[in-house]
Amino acid sequence: MGIIKTKDLVFEYIRRDEEGNVEGITRAVDEVSLDIQAGDFIAILGHNGSGKSTLAKHINAILYPTEGTVWVDGMDTSKEEHLWEIRQEAGMVFQNPDNQIIGQVVEEDVGFGPENLGVPTKEIWERVEESLKAVGMYEFRKYSPNKLSGGQKQRVSIAGVIAMHPKCIVLDEPTAMLDPNGRREVIRAVRALNDVEGITVVLITHYMEEIIYANKVFVMDKGSIAMEGTPRKIFSQVEKLKELRLDVPQVTLLAHELKKGGLDIPDGILTTKELITALGL
Amino acid sequence: MLRDITLGQYYQTDSVIHRLDPRVKLVTTLCYLISLFIVDHWIGYVIAGLFLLLVIKLSKVPFKFMVRGMRAIVFLLVIAVVFNLFLTPGEGEPLVAFWKLTIYKEGVRLAAFMAVRLVFLIMGSSVMTLTTTPNNLTDAIEKLLGPLKALKVPVHEIAMMMSIALRFIPILLEETDKIMKAQIARGADFESGNLIKKAKSLVPLLVPLFISAFRRANDLAMAMEARCYHGGEHRTKMKPLIYQKRDMIAYGMVVGYLAVCVVCGKVLW
Repeated sequence: MGIIKTKDLVFEYIRRDEEGNVEGITRAVDEVSLDIQAGDFIAILGHNGSGKSTLAKHINAILYPTEGTVWVDGMDTSKEEHLWEIRQEAGMVFQNPDNQIIGQVVEEDVGFGPENLGVPTKEIWERVEESLKAVGMYEFRKYSPNKLSGGQKQRVSIAGVIAMHPKCIVLDEPTAMLDPNGRREVIRAVRALNDVEGITVVLITHYMEEIIYANKVFVMDKGSIAMEGTPRKIFSQVEKLKELRLDVPQVTLLAHELKKGGLDIPDGILTTKELITALGL
Repeated sequence: MLRDITLGQYYQTDSVIHRLDPRVKLVTTLCYLISLFIVDHWIGYVIAGLFLLLVIKLSKVPFKFMVRGMRAIVFLLVIAVVFNLFLTPGEGEPLVAFWKLTIYKEGVRLAAFMAVRLVFLIMGSSVMTLTTTPNNLTDAIEKLLGPLKALKVPVHEIAMMMSIALRFIPILLEETDKIMKAQIARGADFESGNLIKKAKSLVPLLVPLFISAFRRANDLAMAMEARCYHGGEHRTKMKPLIYQKRDMIAYGMVVGYLAVCVVCGKVLW
């Protein structure tokens, strides 16, 4: 069994009117079964309302399954006794950087998680130092979060999660509110975590460019998994991605059109360099 | 611009007073304020003034910062002085008497004392806010109110709320600015009209602001839970407050100061 495993996971949002009568049920996640191995870099892709964020919140035990089971490191998330252990092992980074920074100074925010875990003071400082260095924000440790850019704030949030020494980290659209520069910074930090520290990464996004580095990609649609495979395999199915209302990166689209036009190019081109090589330029 | 707002007017520098434990500063300020009201003789005020000067000198905060806080109370100061001056009944000959107004010796004395008291009071608390970050102050309050936990007062939660509020003030200010501009772009008018009209025009500003604040609160609560926050129990501190030798010396000095004040009052009055 992998570090994160879900079996027939179903989650329903129940909408109620003012009297509390059930108005309707929305199935946000529908019979999802995943098995993620330790050390993997997983990307979950999907347009708005595809259920990807709801799925992510199950990994951190913020939401509990309506049906089915989620295991994190072998622990069932619906069992209350594992709650804090699961939240420590599976850290979570959210979309809006402003709404997840608690401290008024960068280093205090990073220390917030370890403080909650009851880590001794001396060790908190060591953890804060190493996690800020891991995301390249150490020189900003005395800054107020309000003075940082979006990408920097998001890196601080990531450091805050790393300081809790998690085995895996779930990032719920961490780059949605950032400019291209900030996005690059954050993705670089996330990749480093996966490569250097060996932390399992689950990156939830709707930017196709960000999934290129993943080992495995899941594409979600209407609460269930519509496609899965390596980025190359996913990108080779341009027509299907368009059907799922996802934007394919420009290079991949260009290569796809060129191929359709009769050029001999392999499927699933991911970078400009690859296309240049494939065209023999 | 808006993000540069510093709360509690903290003045960043390195001095003995800055390094003191915030609990010491808080307790000292309280003692000082009390001392201003128990002394009743000009000698007492001279001592209080010297003490304040000494602390200001040690804090390395430029004197003009102390005076800056005074502007807000000029009006109050004038009223207090005028009322004390004219309305204090006295015995013996009035010093000045014209029309219905009379000034007695007692009135002058009380007015002068009141003015000195107010000035010292504001300066004394300014020294504290200028040398202590709001964060440290919250920590100090949490620690000092600690014993109230036995009475089921949620001390940790109150302190946490205060520090989160401080963290979000600049964010919400910026947001207010944004909403205001968005509404102005849609033709809203926040400037003209009388008071009632102005108040009414704030509705389209406050409603979105509140909605967004609630959304933020919801997100923040989720983020805190995701980071294992579960109240003050079993929680360790990254920056625990530990009394150093200098804090003990400071406490000693405060006790000394209070003793001098009381003795002066007793002997001379």
